[in-house]
Amino acid sequence: MLVTRALPDAAGYYGPFGGRYVPETLVAALDELEASFQRHHRDPAFVKELESLLHLYAGRPTPTYHAARLSRELGGAQIYLKREDLAHTGAHKINNALGQGLLARVSGKRRVIAETGAGQHGVASATVCAMLGLDCVVYMGEEDVHRQALNVARMRVLGADVISVTSGTRTLKDAINEALRDWVTNVETTFYLFGSATGPHPYPRIVREFQRVIGREARAQIQDLAGRLPDTVIACVNGGSNAIGIFSAFIEDPDVALIGVEAGGRGGDQGEHAATVECGTLGILHGARSLLLQDEGGQIIGTHSIAAGLDYPGVGPELAYLHHVGRADFATFGDADAMDALQLLAQTEGIIPALESAHAIAGALRIAPEVSRDHIILVNLSGRGDKDMETIAARLGTRA
Amino acid sequence: MNRIDASFQSAKAESRLVLAPYVTVGYPTRESAVELALAYVEAGADMLEIGMPFSDPIADGPTVQLASQIALEGGVWLEDAFHLVERIRSHTDIPLALMGYANPFMQFGLGALARESSAAGADGLIVPDVLPEHAHDIESANARHGLHVIRFAAPTTPLARLRQIGQGARGFIYCVSVTGVTGSRAQLSESLPAYLARVGKATTIPRVVGFGISKPEHLRSLHGRAEGAIVASALIDIVQASPPGRGIEAAAAHVRSLAAAA
Repeated sequence: MLVTRALPDAAGYYGPFGGRYVPETLVAALDELEASFQRHHRDPAFVKELESLLHLYAGRPTPTYHAARLSRELGGAQIYLKREDLAHTGAHKINNALGQGLLARVSGKRRVIAETGAGQHGVASATVCAMLGLDCVVYMGEEDVHRQALNVARMRVLGADVISVTSGTRTLKDAINEALRDWVTNVETTFYLFGSATGPHPYPRIVREFQRVIGREARAQIQDLAGRLPDTVIACVNGGSNAIGIFSAFIEDPDVALIGVEAGGRGGDQGEHAATVECGTLGILHGARSLLLQDEGGQIIGTHSIAAGLDYPGVGPELAYLHHVGRADFATFGDADAMDALQLLAQTEGIIPALESAHAIAGALRIAPEVSRDHIILVNLSGRGDKDMETIAARLGTRA
Repeated sequence: MNRIDASFQSAKAESRLVLAPYVTVGYPTRESAVELALAYVEAGADMLEIGMPFSDPIADGPTVQLASQIALEGGVWLEDAFHLVERIRSHTDIPLALMGYANPFMQFGLGALARESSAAGADGLIVPDVLPEHAHDIESANARHGLHVIRFAAPTTPLARLRQIGQGARGFIYCVSVTGVTGSRAQLSESLPAYLARVGKATTIPRVVGFGISKPEHLRSLHGRAEGAIVASALIDIVQASPPGRGIEAAAAHVRSLAAAA
């Protein structure tokens, strides 16, 4: 039985992955963050406040729902959806934003920065900052600003300053670069509210701990509904916050298959996808050693996915480790698969998933018909699709 | 003796700062980078920092990012960095420190990196995203070839950690002058003298100040407080702002005025 709850080690490693590769200027702030997290995350008063906010503010627990019509349509496995799309702000990102927001408040730093790809972490950060009375600056790649315009508007309404990043590939990778540069500059007054299960230690651990609630709830709910654990758990993966959140509750159950779905984009050519685990190699980016999409010279390669939240050339170190030790499997589904899955879920269940989450649904659609009717697939429906309606409408040729 | 150590010894004897201009591999072009470097040497540089571009340089501000981007679009590889070092070395005996982010170095292989850097004539490596606690492999690989791996200090580094950084440090301590990224600044931080004194209390290794150094008066203010200075963005800004074909001359003229104040 694989036990990863003891990981990372003291230096922040999950086997060969993780660590802390940052400029010296950030070391003191990361040490301080680690100490603060250690002190607070099991402190009864902190836990009580966070649980209360998760319940009364974010609307948790989110339900686990048996998608009976979709399951019948596919003629195989019973598909259950963990409805993170029903959490406040429309995705799982609020879980971690609340946790880190409380750490920010404890730190005494009044200014919060965040990076965002699809905008869901940016919206969650802006929301929590508004609620806690903190200033919020969100870095977002220019390409993502355009394709996730609704989320940009939401962040601005919430009072956040959204900075459009025009360097490099103008997506999440470059937003993280700019956020790190801001943090290096303003580290003494600024809390970096990191949204992905990647980055320098202790972020991957902090994000996992604050997203663990997804798996904890889903595990109890599926046992209530189906009387047993699922056979397969599926989540979309890029940085991997929603995936590690749901996987964390099942890692020690050897009979539960864990499947991460990466973005296949437009195909297998370099630059046309974001299938980091499938195609990546070991390297160092944004403070962590993990699998990366890079050229032979170690320069990072651009990615493509229809889902802005999956359009990043790295993967969180713990997910790379779960792959490395064979505990999780990874599959790749492309833009077209995600669009098909999105439509099928919308038309059989009346749920429009985020394009990111639609990749996880695509994974379930592939497996479900091949297994028996008593096979249980639990899918983390990490977010809702409202933010993607322009992209979806353009793709379907339907005028919005 | 490593050329870096020799350079600080002779600068100390002359009560001078070691002035280290920064050259990006492949910038302004692959060919002209060597001309730029040699012009800096001619203008009085005591050491050169040779920067290998990376696609995601998180410690660099817009100026170095731009030079890196231009160089990467020109198709530079780490082999070009070794080649540049080799060509500079064939003309001069001043110390050359190869700077780069961890990932391109790691992909090349730390053993091969040390071997090739040494063979090309480099004297040290500067890796801004590898902390001393993660540096064992790269430090020992380079020590075998007599190369120094330079450690960093920052204004946020507590004294106890400065002492740890000082222990086992080689060549010099790269003292980041401000909390921030590279880029020229009109004024140096008011807290710089106290911070440099703190570094001096923690270690006897020479202190080289980088980030934001752009003017002769900055260098003058460092006398007695540090042992050297690195100048990067200010020089790239001059190259960028100059008419085509005039950038090298203009940047070298600035190095000459900096050298007079060093």
